[in-house]
Amino acid sequence: MATTAVPRVRRQLPSSPWLFAAPGLLITGAFVLYPFVSTLVNAFTDRRTLVPGEFVGLANFRELLHDEMFWTGLRNSTLYVLGVVPALIVLPLLLALLVQKNIPGITFFRSAFYTPVVASIVVVGLIWVWLLDERGLVNAVLETVGAGRIGFLSDQWLLLLSAMAVTVWKGLGYYMIIYLAALGNVPRELHEAAAVDGAGPVRRFLSVTVPAVRSTMVLVGALSSVAAFKVFSEVYLLAGPSGGPAGEDTTLVMLVQRTGTGLTGRVGYASAISVVVFVVTVALMLLVLRADRREES
Amino acid sequence: MSVIEKAPAARPAPAKRPETPRRPRIADEHGRRIRVWELALRYVLLLAVLALTIGPFLWQLSTSLKGPTEDIYSSPPRFLPGDPTLHNYERVADTIPVWDYALNSLKVAAANVVTNCVGAALAGYALARLRYRGRRVATLAFILAMLVPVEGIVIAQFTTMRELGLNNTLIGVVLPGCVSALNVLLMRNAFLGLPYEIEEAAFVDGANVWQRFLRIALPSVKGTLAVVAIFAFMGAWDDFLWPLIVLSDPSKFTLTIGLNYLHGTFANDERLVAAGTIIAVAPLILLFACLQRYFFRGVGEGAVKG
Repeated sequence: MATTAVPRVRRQLPSSPWLFAAPGLLITGAFVLYPFVSTLVNAFTDRRTLVPGEFVGLANFRELLHDEMFWTGLRNSTLYVLGVVPALIVLPLLLALLVQKNIPGITFFRSAFYTPVVASIVVVGLIWVWLLDERGLVNAVLETVGAGRIGFLSDQWLLLLSAMAVTVWKGLGYYMIIYLAALGNVPRELHEAAAVDGAGPVRRFLSVTVPAVRSTMVLVGALSSVAAFKVFSEVYLLAGPSGGPAGEDTTLVMLVQRTGTGLTGRVGYASAISVVVFVVTVALMLLVLRADRREES
Repeated sequence: MSVIEKAPAARPAPAKRPETPRRPRIADEHGRRIRVWELALRYVLLLAVLALTIGPFLWQLSTSLKGPTEDIYSSPPRFLPGDPTLHNYERVADTIPVWDYALNSLKVAAANVVTNCVGAALAGYALARLRYRGRRVATLAFILAMLVPVEGIVIAQFTTMRELGLNNTLIGVVLPGCVSALNVLLMRNAFLGLPYEIEEAAFVDGANVWQRFLRIALPSVKGTLAVVAIFAFMGAWDDFLWPLIVLSDPSKFTLTIGLNYLHGTFANDERLVAAGTIIAVAPLILLFACLQRYFFRGVGEGAVKG
C-alpha cells in the first residue's frame, strides 16, 4: 500500500478531472461559499430584500450595540451553550457506559436511545410542546403526585430551560454513539489495574475512563457548543415565531431569520447579526481547543 | 492477567457434547461474568432511559389514536386510548394536504439522495485519485465550505435563490445542500482508503477514467455511499430552517413546514397535531429500524452533523 512508490497515472483527457469535480464545486461555490462571502459584504450595507442597498460602513454594527433584541438574542444563545453543553458532555458518556456491555437485548436499547436523533426537530419540538402543555402529560403527572401544574411554556425562563431539555434529549443518542466508539479503545488493563488497587466504580470512572476519553469529550464539547449557539428550531417551536413572552426567548439565529426574511427583510442588518454568529462560533471552537491544551499540560 | 482472561476459553470442553458453546451465560465483551445484582441494576436503568426516550413518541401515538369523545387532558393521565381510531388521520388530511406535503418531502429527500451520491462520489474521486493542477485548492474549498455554519448564511442563500427565481420552489429547497461538502470529503476519504494497485492494473490494461471509477473504485465504497445516502435522506426529510425560509406558498410545503403550519393554525387540536407528527416520523423510524448499522457508521464517519 505504499502509494508513494506507485508511478503516477498521467495520460487522461485533460478536462475529465474537472468534469468529475464540477458539480460539487459548482454547488458548493454558488450556494455555500458565495453566500458566505456575500453575507460578509452585506453586513456593511443597508441592503433590503427588494432594495440593493449601499455601503454604510459600520452602521449596522453600531446599531446592534443599541438594539435590545440583539442583546436578548446574544444572552439567550450564550445561556443555551452554558446550559446544554455540560449536559451533552456528561450524560451521553454515562449512557454509553450503560450500553457498553454486551448483555442480552443491548442492541435494542442502543437503537431505542438513538431514535430521537432520527426524528425531525419539528416532530420532536411538537411532541414536547404537547407533553409540556398546561394540560399535557407532564403536568397531569405532576398534579397526580400533588406537585401542582407548572407553566413550562408560558414563563420566559422555564421556556428556555424546556427548550434546552429538548435539545439535550434529542442529542443524547448521537453523542452516545460517538462515546461508544471511544470507550471501545480504552485499554482494559487500566481498569483492571485500578480495580486491583482497590478503586471503586466511581473512582475508576474519574481516573481511568474520563482521562481515556478526554479527547472525545473535547470533540463533543466543540460540536455541541457550536450547535447550541446556533439554536433555532427548539426555541422557535416551543416559544413560537416571536420568541415567547415579549420576544424574551429570541435567540440570535431566530433574530437573523426574523430580520432578514419577508419582503421588507433587512438583509444587511441580518447579515451583521450573522457575522456575530460566525465570530462567536469560531471563538467557541478556539476556546474549547485551548481549554483542552491547557488541561493537557 | 492474560492467564485469567483466557481461562474460560482454555478450559477443555466436556467430551460428550463438543458442540456446546463455550461462552458463559451472561458476560461482558471480554467474556467476564457479570454479577446478578449489577445486571439487574443495569436493566432497571436501561428501562428507565427507554421510558424517557421512547415514551414521548408512544404518548404522541396514543394521543393520535384517541377519539373525539375521549378526554386527552385527564389527570391522572390515561396512557392507552380507550377506543383506538384512525379518525384523526383522516381529519388531518382534511385540514392540511398532508399527503401532498409528504410527497413533497419525499421528492426533496429522493432528489437530495441522488444528487449527493452522484455529486459527492464524482468529486470525492476527483480529489482522491485524479491528478491535476488545482486539486489542493479544490480540496480546500470543500473543507472551508464544510466549516461554514449554514444558519449564518441562510439569508444570503435566500437572496441568491430569489435572484435565480427559484425561491418558493422545491428545487430551491434541494439546491443548496444537493452536494454537501461533508459528503464529498467522506467519499474522498473512502477512495483514499482503497489500495491503489488495482486501479493501476486496470489502467495498464487500458481502462479509462470512467471505467476505473464505475467498475473498480465505486463498488468498493458502497458502505460509505450508503451512509451518504441515508444521511442525505434524513437531512432533507427533517430539515426545518431552510425550507421555512425559502417556501412561502402553502401548496409547496414539505412535511416539517406543514406541521409547523398545522401547529400554528390549529394549535388547540392536539389529536390532529399528534397524527401529523406520527405521519412525519414513521417513515424515518422504519428506515432506521432496517438500516441501523449505517446510521451508527455515519455518526462515526461524519461526526459533524449535530
